[in-house]
Amino acid sequence: MAKPKVAFYWCASCGGCEEAIVDLNEDILKVADLVNIVFWPCAMDFKYDDVRKMEDGEITVSFINGAIRTEENEEMAVLLRRKSQIVVSFGACSHMGGIPGLGNFWDKKSIFESSYGKSCPSIDNPDGIVPLVSSQVPEGELTLPEFNNTVKSLDQVIEVDYYLPGCSPEPYLTMNAILKLLSGDLPAKGTVLAPAKSLCDICSRNETKPEKLSIEKIKRVATTQPDPEKCFLTQGIICMGPVTRFGCKEEGDGRCISANMPCRGCYGPPPGVKDVGTKMVSALASILGLDGEEEMSEKAVQNLMDQIPDPAGTFYRFSLPTSMLRRKRMTKEEN
Amino acid sequence: MVKKITIDPITRLEGHGKIEIFLDENGNATNAYLQVPELKGFEQFCLGRPVEELPRITPRICGVCPTTHHMAATKAVDAVYNVIPTETAVKVRRVIYDAFMMEDHLLHFFFLGGPDFVVGPDAAPGERNILGVVGKVGVEIGKKVIDMRRRLRSIITTLGGRVIHPVCGLPGGVSKGITEEQRKEFLQIAKDSVEFAKFTLKVFEDIVLKNKTYVDLIVGDIYKHKTYYMGMVDENNHPDFYDGKIRVVDPDGVEIAKFAPKDYLDHIVERVEPWSYMKFPYLKKVGWKGFVDGKDSGVYRVAPLARLNVADGMSTPLAQAEFEKMFSILGGKPAHNTLAFHWARLIEVMFAAEHLVTLLEDKTITSTDIRRLPTDTPNEGVGIVEAPRGTLIHHYKTDEKGMVTGVNLIVATVGNSAAMSMSIAKAAQNLIKNGVVNDSILNMVEMAFRPYDPCLACATHSLPGKMPLMVNVYDKDKNKIKTITRD
Repeated sequence: MAKPKVAFYWCASCGGCEEAIVDLNEDILKVADLVNIVFWPCAMDFKYDDVRKMEDGEITVSFINGAIRTEENEEMAVLLRRKSQIVVSFGACSHMGGIPGLGNFWDKKSIFESSYGKSCPSIDNPDGIVPLVSSQVPEGELTLPEFNNTVKSLDQVIEVDYYLPGCSPEPYLTMNAILKLLSGDLPAKGTVLAPAKSLCDICSRNETKPEKLSIEKIKRVATTQPDPEKCFLTQGIICMGPVTRFGCKEEGDGRCISANMPCRGCYGPPPGVKDVGTKMVSALASILGLDGEEEMSEKAVQNLMDQIPDPAGTFYRFSLPTSMLRRKRMTKEEN
Repeated sequence: MVKKITIDPITRLEGHGKIEIFLDENGNATNAYLQVPELKGFEQFCLGRPVEELPRITPRICGVCPTTHHMAATKAVDAVYNVIPTETAVKVRRVIYDAFMMEDHLLHFFFLGGPDFVVGPDAAPGERNILGVVGKVGVEIGKKVIDMRRRLRSIITTLGGRVIHPVCGLPGGVSKGITEEQRKEFLQIAKDSVEFAKFTLKVFEDIVLKNKTYVDLIVGDIYKHKTYYMGMVDENNHPDFYDGKIRVVDPDGVEIAKFAPKDYLDHIVERVEPWSYMKFPYLKKVGWKGFVDGKDSGVYRVAPLARLNVADGMSTPLAQAEFEKMFSILGGKPAHNTLAFHWARLIEVMFAAEHLVTLLEDKTITSTDIRRLPTDTPNEGVGIVEAPRGTLIHHYKTDEKGMVTGVNLIVATVGNSAAMSMSIAKAAQNLIKNGVVNDSILNMVEMAFRPYDPCLACATHSLPGKMPLMVNVYDKDKNKIKTITRD
């Protein structure tokens, strides 16, 4: 029997997801035994025509990482969807928009201005040159893909079957996912292929958490040295652990926690949480300055929340494009 | 008949890359352009973030060299808060950084750039990869390479929390120190890495330097550009990856500038071309004369050979011996031979390995004095490190609460952007004649940019370890007349 075909492809990403596949180390040889890797992340673009020529559904599983930033990204995602039985959204950018998704606080014009305009201190560009989709050089024409205003997650442009979360996904999860999907015993569509727990559920620092958590002041790691054993929230340091799915390490605490740094939520929400920002606000409202109080006025909550620097950029660090906010409001002209 | 050859993707330079080669009516290459068709906009979307978060955000510029961005960002945040990290913290950061430089450089030599030499520039494409290297040097050695890299990466995982996007850097120090047990374990890895560096240089000696064809290629004119060079040095003008002053030498090797990171704007300016999202930096005081080399052109180069060209020597003994040997074979310093970047990279591996041993033999590294908390009002700061692929600059401004109001990044690969385009054009002009374009010739063109950019590794250092490549040859009406695919 022919081996099932597996593809890996990247959209707008940093290469970390490719590294995460390479970090399978010898396991990659097991994968190579089980399947026919028809595309390696690097090998995708130049086989564009080969993909087109394939039968629909010829690829058993496609793992697609990276956010959707350009039209080219979107076209490739659509094509792979048609050719694949199963599409797995691989990594935080594909899953939720990821760090490039923070670009949705802005738009093409402001991004160009900071890179090529006067707000870049090292630029010498009196003629205001910006990269163009088509430009003329003495020898002929050169083209570039269009830069979109809005970053999207993969499931905002195609139907996605499963999600492998994380920036980047841990190799053990990738290996488990491949074995699971090849076994034919498929999980329910839309399943996130990682443990159904939150980071807090497994955290060894839980033991240090008082029964009733109450904090008076938000602290920043810039000016505080985190205690290596205490729960970060207990210390007043914002940690996304309560609203983040566990899975970032096979054993022990989360990987950032093990470096004595708070979680930033790259694995996305655990089951039952729709929007991490609103959930985090309510989680914080329930512990901030609450000693003895059952109810707080809206204003008092607001005052405490104001202590949190950059709540939107912290709570939606990896998920702005899929959050309730999605992006900054744009006028008709800007769109 | 005007033809255009498209190489897309050449693979990635902190993203995707594309080469366009133009031919004249006789089928001779007239010019070539290296285009980067991607932009993410970090300078803009970091605005409004708390500045201490930038060491956690900016590594996502590149998942292969996240450690270098983490370190440049951490140093920039030190500067923003005007805090000097404790001695122990600096040592811990340096341990991470040496381990990183080695694993990244080794990856490039064995998996990416090396195959051109170890297997041979005109070997069958299917062999010009890591498996071909393993075939040549033996499976046991192949395993040794993978194992060395894994052990070096484990140091970063332990101290940084994670090897892809580490998180431990904080203004004034680090979040976590080194235990005595870890020190001993890491020291063994460091000592083994010195042996491994010796072995790697021996492979280079046996396979490359003892082969006259390769040596001719290295010293020949096709892969040569007389440019300025830039790199960071310590107080003895020896290369320092983590800290120091930026030294610039002219094409004759004469120092023309030596500046502190905060003064980079007095020396570097960037130019915008409409055909690429990547900018083109050049030396401010020399000026932009186009994509040309020579003393009148402000084009400079960064990365391993540039770092050795600006240095008076190496601060460790074995690396010093290799340094002397290389420049003696290349006919003195500075060496303008682009292919010698591969060689210089291995000398840097030796330097990092020896340096790591010294760091870890020092028992005070396990001190718990890992952080000096900032007390000043945050304002503005520049952090510079030497990334594997060159001088990397992070420059941040904040309000009085430490919220980011300005970000400027000059990424290492960008430092070589003009030179890479020139190198490809020169190789194409020399190699593509009378319309003859075949796989071997195209690989020789690719060999002109590979020495600069181990970031290409992020696409190709994996087991297949090859350069994916499609070349389309178009006639003047844009009809595709020929396709060459290599995989």
